[in-house]
Amino acid sequence: MFRLLKYLKPYWKMAALAPILMVVEVIGDLTQPAIMAKIIDQGVSQGNLTLVFKYGLIMIGIALVGLIGGWGCTAASSIASINFGTDLRYEVYKKIQDFSFANLDRFKTESLITRLTNDVMQFQNIVMMSLRMLVRAPLLCIGGLVMVFVINIKMASILAVAVPLLFLSATFIIRKGFPLFNIVQQRLDKINGVIRDNLSGVRVVKAFVREDLEKKRFTKANNEQVRINMKAARLMMLIQPIMMIIMNLSVVAVLWFGGKQVAKGSLMVGEIIALINYFGRVLFSFMMVTFMLTGVSRAKVSADRINEVLEAKVEITDLPGASAEPIKEGSVVFEDVTFKYHGASGEPMLKNISFKAQPGEVVAILGATGSGKSTLVNLMPRLYDTTAGKILIDGRDIRSIKLRTLREGVSIVLQDSILFSGSIKDNIRWGKKDASDEEVISAAKAAQAHDFIMSLSDGYETQLGQRGVNLSGGQKQRLAIARAIIKKPPILILDDSTSAVDLKTEYLIQQALKEEMKETTCFIIAQRISSVLDADQILILDKGRIAGKGNHQKLLATNPIYQDIYWSQLEQGSVVNG
Amino acid sequence: MAKTRSNNDKIVNRTTPGPRGPRPGGSHGGRFAPAYKPKAAKTTLKRLWAYLSKQKVILFTVFLIVMVSSILDLIGPFLIGKAIDEYIVPQDFEGLFWLTLLMVGIYLLAALSTYFKNYLMVGVSLETVKTLRRDLFNKLQTLPLAFFDRRPHGELMSRLINDVDNINNTLNSCITSVFASLITLAGALVMMLYLSPLLTLVSITIIPLMFLLTRKITGYTRRLFSEQQALLGDLNGIIEETISGQKVVKVFNRENECLQEFGEHNDQLKRVGTRAQIFSGLIGPLMNLLNNLSFALVVIVGGLLVIKGSITVGVIVSFTNYVRYFTRPLNELANQFNMIQSAIAGAERVFEILDEKPEPEDYPLADQLQKIRGEVRFKDVSFSYKEGEPVLKNIDFEVKPGQVIALVGPTGVGKTTIINLLARFYDVDEGAILLDGKDLRKVKRANLRSALGIVLQDTYLFAETVRENIRYGRLDATDEEVEQAAKLANAEQFILRLPQGYETMLTEDGGNLSQGQRQLLAIARAILADPYILILDEATSSVDTRTEAHIQEAMLKLMEGRTSFVIAHRLNTVRNADLILVINNGEIIERGDHRELIEQKGFYQELYSSQFR
Repeated sequence: MFRLLKYLKPYWKMAALAPILMVVEVIGDLTQPAIMAKIIDQGVSQGNLTLVFKYGLIMIGIALVGLIGGWGCTAASSIASINFGTDLRYEVYKKIQDFSFANLDRFKTESLITRLTNDVMQFQNIVMMSLRMLVRAPLLCIGGLVMVFVINIKMASILAVAVPLLFLSATFIIRKGFPLFNIVQQRLDKINGVIRDNLSGVRVVKAFVREDLEKKRFTKANNEQVRINMKAARLMMLIQPIMMIIMNLSVVAVLWFGGKQVAKGSLMVGEIIALINYFGRVLFSFMMVTFMLTGVSRAKVSADRINEVLEAKVEITDLPGASAEPIKEGSVVFEDVTFKYHGASGEPMLKNISFKAQPGEVVAILGATGSGKSTLVNLMPRLYDTTAGKILIDGRDIRSIKLRTLREGVSIVLQDSILFSGSIKDNIRWGKKDASDEEVISAAKAAQAHDFIMSLSDGYETQLGQRGVNLSGGQKQRLAIARAIIKKPPILILDDSTSAVDLKTEYLIQQALKEEMKETTCFIIAQRISSVLDADQILILDKGRIAGKGNHQKLLATNPIYQDIYWSQLEQGSVVNG
Repeated sequence: MAKTRSNNDKIVNRTTPGPRGPRPGGSHGGRFAPAYKPKAAKTTLKRLWAYLSKQKVILFTVFLIVMVSSILDLIGPFLIGKAIDEYIVPQDFEGLFWLTLLMVGIYLLAALSTYFKNYLMVGVSLETVKTLRRDLFNKLQTLPLAFFDRRPHGELMSRLINDVDNINNTLNSCITSVFASLITLAGALVMMLYLSPLLTLVSITIIPLMFLLTRKITGYTRRLFSEQQALLGDLNGIIEETISGQKVVKVFNRENECLQEFGEHNDQLKRVGTRAQIFSGLIGPLMNLLNNLSFALVVIVGGLLVIKGSITVGVIVSFTNYVRYFTRPLNELANQFNMIQSAIAGAERVFEILDEKPEPEDYPLADQLQKIRGEVRFKDVSFSYKEGEPVLKNIDFEVKPGQVIALVGPTGVGKTTIINLLARFYDVDEGAILLDGKDLRKVKRANLRSALGIVLQDTYLFAETVRENIRYGRLDATDEEVEQAAKLANAEQFILRLPQGYETMLTEDGGNLSQGQRQLLAIARAILADPYILILDEATSSVDTRTEAHIQEAMLKLMEGRTSFVIAHRLNTVRNADLILVINNGEIIERGDHRELIEQKGFYQELYSSQFR
């Protein structure tokens, strides 16, 4: 947790100023009761009015200084902690930008978002509180103790009983309570799960008429959560009354024993009042320290989660001396490539893959679900690195090329077509920042997106919601394709990116690509034979191996898997050729 | 015990671990915690009361206890003053003994009543929340599909979780403390007046000043805070979007642009956030100053009075305590006002859902169909999701029991809508749909839907075991039947390769399965359901064609003797259909079986040949 505090360093002046100013406030707070005792014992009791006035004014003066101290501390701690939080958030975000796909897979989107938002905020708040309270509470506590000892040592023994008692009971309850709260949180996650199921899966629930079942599931989760929550809350609730009892009973003790001492003349009435006051402070700040510590221990969870991100090892980076020479031709060679997902057990996803693709060729990749098609194409822009073997583009090992340069030259349309909020034009321009309007339109036309874009009320200026929610699946896919082809890359990869587009449109897209991107080496992952008929080369993947290579005619004549796929799609004897 | 409370109390409240641990500052609950204001506070409060009033007796008891504990609390300082004046100064130890004993009794009683009050109140608030949550969830079950299509799910989740949670916290802490504050306020005032009307006047002079200053400052900081909240929302939006699209960001080398945009918003938030914190941080110390000021005033004026002999030292001591008791609840009430306001706004959002119009009631004399033959007739059906944008126009066709009907056409022309109407996810605008000659609207919805077996375009799996997910099709199915269905759907092969086979827990929405595997499970589910009418909406679109061929076999078996509706992109899957309806722009443009349609050389033939050039 303390490793993160290095981000506080640039603001160390403010971070140091905050506790110092807090000391000012605390000293002010601590002197007040002493002054009050003086007013009563020396001023009021003696009938000395000038003394009353004098001390009264001092009191107000001290309060003013306290105000400056208190506000100054708030300001300094705010500046330090908010700057700290801002920098930390920036660093985490920056780190994520460096993440490889493997890192992203491991962390999961949802958890990364929580870390960036909640966890950073939690930690920032704890830093702020610490700068204010971690100093204030112990100071008040110690200062109060010192004052009690100064006034009367015998009375201090009351605290010797009260403090441990308070400490023991508080830690006991907290120890018992916190595990319960973890369970409460888990139960709440369960409720969340049921609700999410019923929002995202509402069609399934309705289609199977399972409303009653879902109600039962929810009621169970709900009751369980409330039951545990009640238990935990009622346990934690003990703290307040116990604290009240201990505090108040010590006050009574001060009155009783103090009263006796007054009789002996070793204590003055005003001092009793001051003592009562200090007792309150000591015990109170003691409780606060206890709470603060538990707060800090919870912040540790956040800190750990943030550290996990910051310290994650990014596997894919530029090697020293990587070249920024752009990719020109677009030839691709796989040499005996084997790939296994990091930490995955069992068989590798890809085994001994070797093939060559000439510049401008169309290479189709066919295979069953899970045969490794996507994995194979993901290796080319180094979204993942090969486990063994190498990949050459333009005859250069892709690891010797700068990542930016490589990805500039290899454009991939991923399976999930994710768009971003902003206009349609902005989204297409993602591929090429400085693209002219004509370029945008021509890319959209090639991706068969122009017509539907024009049918929208604002055309290319139509604003998309987050992740493009206001478009249909097929529309999103077409924009994703437009975004990828606008930069006219030497290598283009379409990873099953027309699955939600109807056949006719798919066909038109392919024709357009063929015409407009003659120079581009194209990799197409497809399910349908019809999509690959014209490919220069078809790779058949089966359980991570290449089970066949060649064009349609060759494979149809020689490859049993290809034949199988072909017949399953066309059915025996009824080939309709257009 | 005395004068340290006002400033510290607030902080303790914040650091006290609540059900979700410390909630420092304004970052409450969810990521987007908007600063909101209620619209119609009065009606909302009334409805909230309707929930609370189920526990009227307990609530009443709580109020009684609060009253007792507040009064006990108030007696403390009075007794301390008395102890000093009447026993310690005159050195009457027997009296002091009895008084301290009395004080011990009072303090024990106060602590006990505090505990009971909290104990009961947490019961009230959690029970209320439980009921509220349950009502909300049950309400969701009755809402039409259109509702879910319209609302972002994140926003609905936030209502069910964050808003309800907010209500819980407020009920739990605010109700009793507002009441207690009021009693303490009144009690302290009474005590002050009783002790010394003149001192009361002196100490109260400071209050208007207090109010004025707080209002000035909060007025300013509120604007800053709402600006901060808006900026935070923006920043979270950017995070949410770019992190979930991170892979695309990488593929397009957009890391630097994203970082820059993020950095700008991040800095903006920092600037506003710091200002908001600094200004709102002024309130605490300022109150402290004013408290000290009034304290000093009381002591000075009190000192004068003591010297004149009109009051005693003990009175000053008691009085300074009561001044605290008076100003503290004032601060608390101000704080709670904001909390209550945001809770009411939350409740408003909750009630908004409870007020949504449910799926229309079943027709009063709705028929319970027993045996369904599966004769379906669409009579001139028109439908639109949004007024003025018709999705289906005059759809008219007839299906005989046991026939297979294929719906074919480009994306977005209304094929899925036909299915949605058949399942009565939506009701037709014009025309009618007849099942076995009966208008669908006169059939019980549940009855209708359980007769249909639907495999949807995007299938949903629950965070349960594979086995339970399949069993969703028929709850009373035995394990053998589940496995049999999986086998028929060709799913068993991959299921057995999963770490725990049938007992493998799926993550939310089957995240740990491929699209194809998920669809196989959905098909198994439908097989198990053994419905009268089968509907396959792009059921095999994400399955590779070889696997599809295997499923097809099972499907054919399943379709035998049942009326079946098939929507597919891959036309070879529909070639054997008895009737193919070609749909474009919401209308049936061609109909017939495969051979007829090919011969027509129309749209279908074109589609078909584009597939098999």
